[in-house]
Amino acid sequence: MHFVPKLALALGAALAPFAGPALAETDPSAIIRIGSLYEPQNLDNTAGAGQGINEAFNDNVYEALFRLNDDGSVVPVLAADHTVSEDGLTHTFTLQDGVTFHSGDPLTAADVKYSIERVLAEGSKSSRKSSLAPIAGIETPDDKTVVITLKSRSISLPYNLSYVWIVNDAATDITATEDGTGPYVLDGWKRGSAISLKAFDGYWGEKPKNSGATISYFTEAAALDNALLTDALDLVTTIQSPDALAQFEDPSRFTISEGNSTVKEIMAYNDRVAPFDNVQVRKALARGIDKAKLLEAIWGDRGMVLGSFVPPTDPWYEDLTGVDAYDPESAKALLAEAGYPDGFTFTLDTPNYDPHPITAEFIKAELAKIGVTVNINIITANEWYTKVYQAKDFQATLQEHVNHRDVVFYGNPDFYWGYNNADVTRLIAEAEEVATEEEHTAKLREANRIIAEEAASNWFFLYPQIVVSAANVTGYPVNGLNSQFFLRGIEKSK
Amino acid sequence: MGRYLLRRTVVLALSLIAAGLVLFVLLRLLPGDPAAALLSVGADEAQIAAARAQVGSDQPVWVQLGRFLSDLARFDLGNSFVSNQPVLPEILARLTITLPLTLASFLLAFCIAVPLGIVAAVRADRWYGALISAVSQLGIAVPVFWIGILLVWLVAIEWRLLPASGFPIDGWADPRAAVRALILPVITIAIVMSASLLRYVRSATLDVLGADYLRNARALGETQGRALIRHGIRNGAVPVVSILGIELASTLLGAVVVERVFTLPGLGSMLLLGIQQRDYPSVQGVLLISTLMVLLIGFAADVVQRLIDPRLRDPGAGR
Repeated sequence: MHFVPKLALALGAALAPFAGPALAETDPSAIIRIGSLYEPQNLDNTAGAGQGINEAFNDNVYEALFRLNDDGSVVPVLAADHTVSEDGLTHTFTLQDGVTFHSGDPLTAADVKYSIERVLAEGSKSSRKSSLAPIAGIETPDDKTVVITLKSRSISLPYNLSYVWIVNDAATDITATEDGTGPYVLDGWKRGSAISLKAFDGYWGEKPKNSGATISYFTEAAALDNALLTDALDLVTTIQSPDALAQFEDPSRFTISEGNSTVKEIMAYNDRVAPFDNVQVRKALARGIDKAKLLEAIWGDRGMVLGSFVPPTDPWYEDLTGVDAYDPESAKALLAEAGYPDGFTFTLDTPNYDPHPITAEFIKAELAKIGVTVNINIITANEWYTKVYQAKDFQATLQEHVNHRDVVFYGNPDFYWGYNNADVTRLIAEAEEVATEEEHTAKLREANRIIAEEAASNWFFLYPQIVVSAANVTGYPVNGLNSQFFLRGIEKSK
Repeated sequence: MGRYLLRRTVVLALSLIAAGLVLFVLLRLLPGDPAAALLSVGADEAQIAAARAQVGSDQPVWVQLGRFLSDLARFDLGNSFVSNQPVLPEILARLTITLPLTLASFLLAFCIAVPLGIVAAVRADRWYGALISAVSQLGIAVPVFWIGILLVWLVAIEWRLLPASGFPIDGWADPRAAVRALILPVITIAIVMSASLLRYVRSATLDVLGADYLRNARALGETQGRALIRHGIRNGAVPVVSILGIELASTLLGAVVVERVFTLPGLGSMLLLGIQQRDYPSVQGVLLISTLMVLLIGFAADVVQRLIDPRLRDPGAGR
């Protein structure tokens, strides 16, 4: 296995799925004014900064050895060359030439080693820490070469490395500053208000198509929409409710783009406890809810109904909506077979923010029709994490899962939902240790079919990823995988 | 006066300590864990344990209390659990928005309420006196966020006169932009505040109008207007000043709602976010500083009252 893609090719692939044709007279000096609801809590993605930091910094301020493109493909960025030994346990990376950090320090292999070790360090809060667990050691034979040795094969290593920012090893604390290699430098951060980025003069790659961006943060979706309406913003990264879209339906002023997000609205059961340890009960509840109607109620004609936890941008996606299609009669029959002819009662821990409360009401009404009673228990996001995720003290819960390629959570019996199927655990572990992408995809597809057949959770719908921009702004990513929002291709015409 | 000041200072310090203790207990009674704000789905047991150790939520409450009190004694409000930045500079930075917002709203409300309140009282029998009372009643009934939303729609979206929300990223570097950002929030607060203030001014004036000394002044040949200005305002001001103190203090804390409607990065939005994230140092810091300000405002109102009314300075006077 050996590949040396041309940088131009990689960039071409990166930009291909971006929206809109380039307009004639673009303004390379433009500062793009962006509105977002996700303010980072700090600036370090290993220090609990939240999803907002991926949006602001991934591939903008920090680059990684690889990048997860907007179409789901993984391409090399700071890695000019990547070779894998015959046994798959030794990965050798050669770094791009001429890369400097924003502070002026040149990029060396030591920086890469330091950056990976930051994610693996004891205090690291990175959600990707466990996926890098196969790493046994990192060697730097010279300034341009990094050798990673593994305990076991890891086909997803390049993908997982796309989450590892390459940070200057001289930078000690990056919770309020930065030192990356990306096309933008941090120009200012006013907490509670905005982050401003400006183009980095010493950038090693192709120059961005704008001279910077200001990302303003909002807590109220209505205020965000108003800012775009009054031309105080050029674009908003996510529209939260379809009702808001009506105000932007003038094509001479605005462009609405709809992409595939990775945000999945699901009802997770605690599969360890009765009655949810019973596959028939879970299948009955899957068949008892009209997901198309739920999606319609929340998102109108946008978004898509899910038949499993896997969205279309994961390579192992397939349409499994037919496995437990809406069928209240067979739901009742399954409940009777499972020993619950008169239904049962359970408590649904429901986060207090949209769209969970309205989803909970819908489910309550739907399940009442098959004799199941739902007690809705409203909790805060913080309580969800401590009560449900950490203490696993729940019967069923609603949650939006935002991660990309996260079906692997079903391979971990200790995960909060406690799904435990030996075949699935084995398949997901094996999938990581195969030699080719094809085998990887095939194994995960097989695992996902079992997970869907057993209705491990109740997967409702995939959020649409809706970006609205002023009509003179083009070139932004439409899918926003992993909450990323690449700025370098955004053009604003005069 | 010296003994009075000393006594007030001691009361102030004791109030602050009491407020700190109440805050500490109330925050820990909330379900949840500050460590959760640092973690996301995918974190494993070891990461959760490490995060709890970092914020200290793995320690017994009395250990946390000891740490809190010893920090407080050194005037150290600590570092935010989530941003890892010291809390005090952040509060001071946010005060550059919340203080001008509060004071400007207060002044505007004062300028609206005092003349209109006096007119409403003196001309209570005329149609416009009644109208002022009725409109102020309406102003009290309407929620502040509704007025904010209405103003945004009208002034920012329909007329495009002022920004709908936000504050310049470089703060007051461009004073014109900063002032423009604050105009609508100030008007929003002032409308609601002046409505309730007006009613106090009106009833204080009505009391004064019925007072014996005013009748005597008129009997000595002064006009109604002169008598009111010479004798009435001073007497009427005493109860109004204490209400002003309370109003100013509640506006400072009530800015939470208005800051949210207008996306202003002030103290209120810091408090709200801090509570959501169980970021104890941020919440404690904001509330302690605002408690301090409320106590100082009360203190100032008290001093002003004593300056106006000699009976308060010396209980023997005026008898």
